[in-house]
Amino acid sequence: MKTKAILVGVILALAGLGLICLGCGGAKKTEPYVVGGIFSISGPASYLGEPERNSMEMVAEAVNAQGGINGRPLKLVIYDDEGDVTKARLHATKLAQDKDCLAVIGPSLTHTSMATLEITQKAKLPLISCAAGIGITVPAKERVWVFKTAQTDQMAVDRIYQYLQKANLQQVAILTVSTGFGVSGKEQLLALASKYGIQVVAQEVFGEKDTDMTPQLTKLRGTPAQAVICWGTGPAPALVAKNMKQLGLTLPLIQSHGVASKKFIELAGDAGDGIILPAGKLAVWQQLPDTDPQKAVCKEYAEKYQAKFKAPESSFGGYAYDAIRMLNQALAKAGSDREKIRGELEGLKNFVGISGIFNMSPEDHNGLSPAAFVMVKIQKGGFQLID
Amino acid sequence: MEIFAPLLQYLISGLTNGAIYALIALGFGIIYNATTIINFAQGEMVMLGALCAISIYHLAPSLPLAFAGAVVLVTCVGLIFERLALSPVKDPTPIALIIITVGGAVLIKGVAMLLWGKEAYNLPPFSGDAPIHLGPATILPQNLWVLGITAIAVAALEAFFRLTLVGKAMRACAYNTRAARLVGIAAGRMVQLSFGISAALGAGAGILIAPLTLGVYDMGTMLGLKGFSAAIIGGLGSMAGGVLGGLVLGVAEALATGFISSGYRDAVAFLLLLLVLFLRPQGLTGGRK
Repeated sequence: MKTKAILVGVILALAGLGLICLGCGGAKKTEPYVVGGIFSISGPASYLGEPERNSMEMVAEAVNAQGGINGRPLKLVIYDDEGDVTKARLHATKLAQDKDCLAVIGPSLTHTSMATLEITQKAKLPLISCAAGIGITVPAKERVWVFKTAQTDQMAVDRIYQYLQKANLQQVAILTVSTGFGVSGKEQLLALASKYGIQVVAQEVFGEKDTDMTPQLTKLRGTPAQAVICWGTGPAPALVAKNMKQLGLTLPLIQSHGVASKKFIELAGDAGDGIILPAGKLAVWQQLPDTDPQKAVCKEYAEKYQAKFKAPESSFGGYAYDAIRMLNQALAKAGSDREKIRGELEGLKNFVGISGIFNMSPEDHNGLSPAAFVMVKIQKGGFQLID
Repeated sequence: MEIFAPLLQYLISGLTNGAIYALIALGFGIIYNATTIINFAQGEMVMLGALCAISIYHLAPSLPLAFAGAVVLVTCVGLIFERLALSPVKDPTPIALIIITVGGAVLIKGVAMLLWGKEAYNLPPFSGDAPIHLGPATILPQNLWVLGITAIAVAALEAFFRLTLVGKAMRACAYNTRAARLVGIAAGRMVQLSFGISAALGAGAGILIAPLTLGVYDMGTMLGLKGFSAAIIGGLGSMAGGVLGGLVLGVAEALATGFISSGYRDAVAFLLLLLVLFLRPQGLTGGRK
């Protein structure tokens, strides 16, 4: 009896194997390229994750409508990490264990990206992060499998300090949010100050959900600061602008690229007028000269996004748009081989994207320069290109 | 003089936030008196007040209308919440009811997210945003509105509880529900009324603060917790305690941000709460128990 049962078991197992092999033999040609996505689609950072997901889906749809890449369709597996490190890691583990998954785009935030990259590095899975923190791809020698499309904070700081130098303002006060974005921004602001002959005379911090920054700003009154640099995302920086007006502080206010959206102008209202910030070129693409190679890319993205989602485009969505487009280019050459895809991404040169012109190398997995940012001023409810 | 100059500004900032905390704390207190439960959906009423006012203002740009409309709407939400979620409970132990309010808070927040999305919205200040100079400090007209309306609301509540028959009946229920029932007071009605008043107070707080802090679907949770802390610090169930607790908390937060470090803002609120619980569990003003 027992031997018979074992025999039946073995036969069944063999049959099962045979079926599996049949499966792998037949569908090879049209099997999709699987690309993962992890974005903060809900939660406090949803303003990042939502356009990122939309942009990624928009590109995949267009690619598949044209017959896919190498005749194979793109299949997206997108997860929502809700801005939570634990959830981001969980989703990354799921994607890393999926043998078909060729690369992952996201996460949206610096701290979720830092947590995720440990997992994807170990699994030798290419990751293209959409977050700003410079530590995500530096040092590139260690972050072999990690790339990113968002401009780093360092470039934004470079541009701000260049602007201040020109305006002959040397003493600044900095006011940063206590999240990863603000901490990273603060590090860069402090590290690069001496290079531009700038002195940070006051440092203050505020919470992401704080609703009153007047105490912090009041402290700045007694300092010799000639300008205030605020580093944050979401509604809080708009409140900083409002609170400054409330206190009658007339110092020039410089914000980070984290607020380069129309929503910010709306929230800040009158208090937003005159704020200067570094922004990706997408924010002012109409004002770019026609000679700028990014103008056409930005125009196409902005028009397609608005037509499809009936919502304004954002530079955040642009990060994912650049990421999926460069990945598609890599897939077309490398096929379904993670190692080769990584190699293609690292060798990417003169790739014109929304966020800038990418020139990747083994030493630089971001591939952008400070020229990726332009300085803009908020005027009459819109961004005005000033530098 | 060096210290005095910023101090006044911190006080203005602290008192404004404190007045909001006080309104929320009063809401906690009124429901606690009527039912001995903590209504953790109180913070969400603040959010609903702010967002409803913003929506009404967008439909018909009149601030008095937005204010009144939002208060009425949110009061209805409070009454319905009590009728649908709390009063049908067969075995109304306080712990079961408190857990229901937590669930209600999550539900209300979720519905608000669906209705208004995750973005923040602006409500214009009640009377312009030109700062008024007050010695070395500046104050916004909106700060005055917050302080003024809070004072009026507190005075009106005090009068209601002391002078009107219904108010007295509510107080009777708070002291001894069974005895109140025996003399013919409809205790169930009083519970419902307490939810209505609390929701109205929360909505008022939300509308007052919205021009200063913007309105967003997840603003209620933290404000609710701060209001709860204020209620405990002052002495749960006491009117004077709620107001005192709110103001103490708001000023302590502003001073901590100003003089120590901005990172300690929220820590101060909860540290103060723990200190009061350890050293004076009945709250600053004594309260009951």
